[in-house]
Amino acid sequence: MNLLKLFIVFFKIGSFTFGGGFAMIPLIKREVVDKQKWVGEKEFFDVISITQSLPGAVAINTSVFLGYKIRGVSGAAFSAVGVTLPSFLCILMIAAFFASIKKLKLVSAVFSGVNPIVVALITTAGIQVAKTIRWDVVNIAIFLLTILFVSILDIHPIIAIITLSMFSIVLKFLRKHYKKKGKQ
Amino acid sequence: MFDVYMTFFKIGLFGFGGGYAILPLIEEEIVAKSRWLTNSELLDIIAISQITPGPIAVNGATFVGYRLQGVLGSAFATLGVVSASFLIVLVVSDFVIKNRELPWLEVIFSSLRPIVVGLIVSAAVSVGKTAIIDIKSMLIWLGGLGLLLNTRIHPILAIVLGGVVGVVLY
Repeated sequence: MNLLKLFIVFFKIGSFTFGGGFAMIPLIKREVVDKQKWVGEKEFFDVISITQSLPGAVAINTSVFLGYKIRGVSGAAFSAVGVTLPSFLCILMIAAFFASIKKLKLVSAVFSGVNPIVVALITTAGIQVAKTIRWDVVNIAIFLLTILFVSILDIHPIIAIITLSMFSIVLKFLRKHYKKKGKQ
Repeated sequence: MFDVYMTFFKIGLFGFGGGYAILPLIEEEIVAKSRWLTNSELLDIIAISQITPGPIAVNGATFVGYRLQGVLGSAFATLGVVSASFLIVLVVSDFVIKNRELPWLEVIFSSLRPIVVGLIVSAAVSVGKTAIIDIKSMLIWLGGLGLLLNTRIHPILAIVLGGVVGVVLY
């Protein structure tokens, strides 16, 4: 597969990424997993799990990871440039003609309709990832704790990721341990 | 020019969580420390970021870079933000791809999953607070969700449809 194709796919993804990286998950999945079949579904969600635990924007991280997996370092470079370029060009244009865009009523009407779709995309992403999980007691607890930490207690996501993943690993280990003991 | 690059490299390097989680860091570096922007200009950028595609860190970098040094400045600033993630992700992805079979890696993945779902729900709640403000937007959200989950509609088409419906309704 050629680098140009990789660039075009990620340019397309970058052009329609509104409202942060999570909204883009269904779009990347459609392009990279369903259409191009560059990675499998399970692997794709593993990549999302890692890239959102690393510093930087999820959209860029995910494109670098997938680009590297598909075509090595140059693949990573082409997909990173592809995903970044639309945003770069848009802002450049707005920065050059800044005063006028804020007053455009049409733009604000368009986004009154786009924004709820962005929420629908994020919701879809949540459901897509949720479907790949075996929902046992530990996983349900960790899921609820994440929402408690981030949405209600306003704890920084990275702190939530670190503490809850360690907590989850310990819980799973203990459960396995006690199950074994019960059998003996 | 080098200053611009380094400042945005730093933002990319320490910007965990992405999106709005990165805003306090941008504010600290660009408004408080470097004084490249005022607070109200930063608010303008946030507003613009909502109507342009792409990560807010990239949007901010492009805008600030342009203000400071024109097109070349915006290229350097954007490169700064991207190159930090680029290097980190390259190292991590190389490790993960080569060690796919390690059992403890699998344990980490499976424990991250429910957290990811939790984070996504939190993101939906926080974006939803500003996006779903009346009956009309609620209906667009539900309609979009129904289409995305039950049909094979392309996400891009869903976004465009949302924009069209927005123009008709608002």
